[in-house]
Amino acid sequence: MIPVCSVDDVPAGEGRSIDVEGRRIALFNTPTGWYAIDHACPHAGGPLADGIAADCSVICPLHERRYALDTGAPIGHAGGPVATHRVQVLDGRVCVALGEDAGADDAAPAAAVAA
Amino acid sequence: MSMDGTVPGAPGVVVVGGGIAGQAVCEAVRELDALTPITLVCAEPRLPYDRVRLSEILVSGASCETLALRPAEWFTDHHVGTLVGRRVVEVRAAERLVVLDDGAELPYTALVLATGSDALMPPIPGIDQPHVHPFRGPEDCDAIRDAATTARHAAVIGGGLLGLEAARGIASQGCAVTVVHLMDRLMERQLDAGSAALLERALGMDVLFERQTAEIAPDRLRFAGGDELEADLVVVSIGIRPQAELGRATGCAVERGIVVDDGLRTTVDGVWAVGECAQHRGIVHGLVAPILDQARTAAAAICGDTTAAYEGSIPSAKLKVSDVPLVAIGATDGDGEVVSQDAGRGVYRKLVVHEGRAAGAILLGDVRGAEALLGLVRRGDEVEDPLAVLAASAEAGPAEWSDDTQVCDCNGVCKGQITAAVTEEGARTPREVMAMTRAGTGCGSCKATVVDLVALAAGGEVADEPAYLCPCKRQTREDLAAVVREQGLESVSEVSAACGTGRDCGACKPALAYLVSEVNANRHREERHARFINDRVHANIQKDGTFSVVPRMYGGVTTPEELRRIADVAEQFDVPLVKVTGGQRLDLLGVKKQDLPAVWEALGMPSGHAYAKAVRTVKTCVGEDFCRFGLGDSMGLGVELEKAWEGLHTPHKVKAGVSGCARNCAEATIKDVGLVAVGEGRWQVRVGGAAGGNVREADVLATVDSRAEALRVATTFLQLYRENADFKERTYDFVPRWGLDRIREEVLGEASGAALRERFRLAKAAVTDPWLERREPYHPRQFTDLDDEPAAAREPAVVGPPEEALR
Repeated sequence: MIPVCSVDDVPAGEGRSIDVEGRRIALFNTPTGWYAIDHACPHAGGPLADGIAADCSVICPLHERRYALDTGAPIGHAGGPVATHRVQVLDGRVCVALGEDAGADDAAPAAAVAA
Repeated sequence: MSMDGTVPGAPGVVVVGGGIAGQAVCEAVRELDALTPITLVCAEPRLPYDRVRLSEILVSGASCETLALRPAEWFTDHHVGTLVGRRVVEVRAAERLVVLDDGAELPYTALVLATGSDALMPPIPGIDQPHVHPFRGPEDCDAIRDAATTARHAAVIGGGLLGLEAARGIASQGCAVTVVHLMDRLMERQLDAGSAALLERALGMDVLFERQTAEIAPDRLRFAGGDELEADLVVVSIGIRPQAELGRATGCAVERGIVVDDGLRTTVDGVWAVGECAQHRGIVHGLVAPILDQARTAAAAICGDTTAAYEGSIPSAKLKVSDVPLVAIGATDGDGEVVSQDAGRGVYRKLVVHEGRAAGAILLGDVRGAEALLGLVRRGDEVEDPLAVLAASAEAGPAEWSDDTQVCDCNGVCKGQITAAVTEEGARTPREVMAMTRAGTGCGSCKATVVDLVALAAGGEVADEPAYLCPCKRQTREDLAAVVREQGLESVSEVSAACGTGRDCGACKPALAYLVSEVNANRHREERHARFINDRVHANIQKDGTFSVVPRMYGGVTTPEELRRIADVAEQFDVPLVKVTGGQRLDLLGVKKQDLPAVWEALGMPSGHAYAKAVRTVKTCVGEDFCRFGLGDSMGLGVELEKAWEGLHTPHKVKAGVSGCARNCAEATIKDVGLVAVGEGRWQVRVGGAAGGNVREADVLATVDSRAEALRVATTFLQLYRENADFKERTYDFVPRWGLDRIREEVLGEASGAALRERFRLAKAAVTDPWLERREPYHPRQFTDLDDEPAAAREPAVVGPPEEALR
């Protein structure tokens, strides 16, 4: 697990992006816990961390594609999934483990661990 | 589980086929079990739609989306995973695994084949030419519709229900069409000779009977026996072929369709089949009602009910070709029958009796009593005096029906359930009743009856169909506003907790943020997670994730000093593009999010709100100061108007224009609000104009005698729009929806106008320049990502007008 930020760094209900080992990921602080997914929307590269998050999903700010935060699955559209990464909160630090095949298209989806 | 991530959840029910049957299985399983993961695999590039209403596309050119069985949110809300545009290529029943076309593997505990059917395309020579079409999917409809606009003469092979719908669709495009039928009468499976003849007359189409097409040439059909028919567009609709390939490959017994037992189980363990691909007791059902019965039974069996049994259905069909009402139920012939026929009026009513019991009915031209007769046939009631029964059926209206009279055949909904939805569960509109009971959501042919029954149960007229603020809340803007007022709610979270399902879908959060702000005269608890990114950083997001910055430039008027500052900022921050916007402002494009505070600081100009649902710009012409033709001070009034409205949020963006004469250089007549000088100090106030996808000339709300009055009327209208439009409803939709008369009444009425202006004053008092957040961000990381330096933290505060503004 790689510590990426403090729990105070992401405003409640929002997402922020960060570079982790060369991969741009988006981290979300939601009422049901923390989630990490790839930052770039598989559709047109939209910045997912800037999307509106609700009910364990995020809506891309560019073209409103929606993805499940826990599985990365597309919701309500035919596009591909977004890769997800494991998150753990330890002593107020948010830590991320990149999906096993980070960098490949088929990074392992993994459920986020609630804070 | 496959690691490509497309597969939501653990093994559960996998439904193959995104048609009516597949949808019905998902719904039926979800009704019985809220938790089992369900995945629907749709080969077509769209979510399930109502194929029964396909001919609407042909007739009206409607998009397939209007036929969707459920909105996309339904699948999210019910946790049904969807794989759209994907095919199942293999089932490994021993491993309980399906393989998709891209190699992904999907495990299942229960697999439901709902693969439907294909159009039957017989091996007639010439059938594979481009001017020959099946009539099966939306793409076929589009192709036929296109061809019908240029074709000289069309032929439809097949005189069944679908063939007739196709023919009517082609005729509606102004193309001559002939129906070619192998049998001696139309719809021979549902109709007897008498009713078929009347139908043929009522349809008024050319029909050739007992013709077998031997060859399709590029411009004609050649029939066995030698005669020909000119046709450069050919539609083939002679039947369907169950799509049983996947079932066969899976190892299921297949005859005409995939063989299933009364629990809809195939011969392979853990695999079910439902709908047009399935063969039950030797019959392949192709109508909606039996398919939905099957789906319910299959779902029960999948969820562990070992006694669930489908015992077949009485076929009933309703013709959906325009103005010819037709219902055919069960058998067309029996050992007894009574017919009431009025050829002059085109009415044919028949009750078929077999061994003393009701066995079938045909109603053409007058379908009163269809529900009662269907019940009679379905139950196999004894009929002592068929003549009296047939006569009585026409007399009984919905009011007289018994509670167990089935109204919606597709979903098996009885009158009593509809009444109960109104009287016991508080539904107020047909749409709510339909959502609650599912009545009218199948083929839709009973919708009018549902409306009647809702009115009956509600004791009179029914309310207008509501426009929900969001499907996740199932409440209208007015309903939600009332709750906000009554409970004194101050934030989106409070509204979400108090209303609807108690959670946000996300898509409606910005709408709720506007609502909670507007209802509270801009005084509310601001939650940025409910705002679109543009409103979180006060700039407009671009396709590469950078932002564009548009400083306010009132009336499009600027100064050398401002221009110099803008130029300096553009250089300082390496702005890649500087452009004049359509609203006469300067746009700095390509600014990085973390640079936004510094860009504003350097500009020192207020926010142009070019990113928000807010008052954007007031475009002006040069007016009387310099123009040879100017009749009024358009620049001065434009600046005044923009300052009066600056910073106000609105249901959608508002763009205004002020033109100094009728030459209209500011294009004020196609703005949300436009003022046009008409001479002698008089101004025309126009509202509801558009120059987007639809061009709409703004309506003249009033012509007034002074500049002050023009400003007052325009402002009163703006507040009316702010308070009453649905979120994302532009004025050009709002104005026709409300009607100009009603708008005039509210805006120009003395008391109503004054009240609107007072509420406008309160809202305006709360306006601050959002760009001031550059110095006081709502969160240290308002503008930065985690690898950028954050700003200092500050305490969150209630935003809103100062107390004194509230009196």
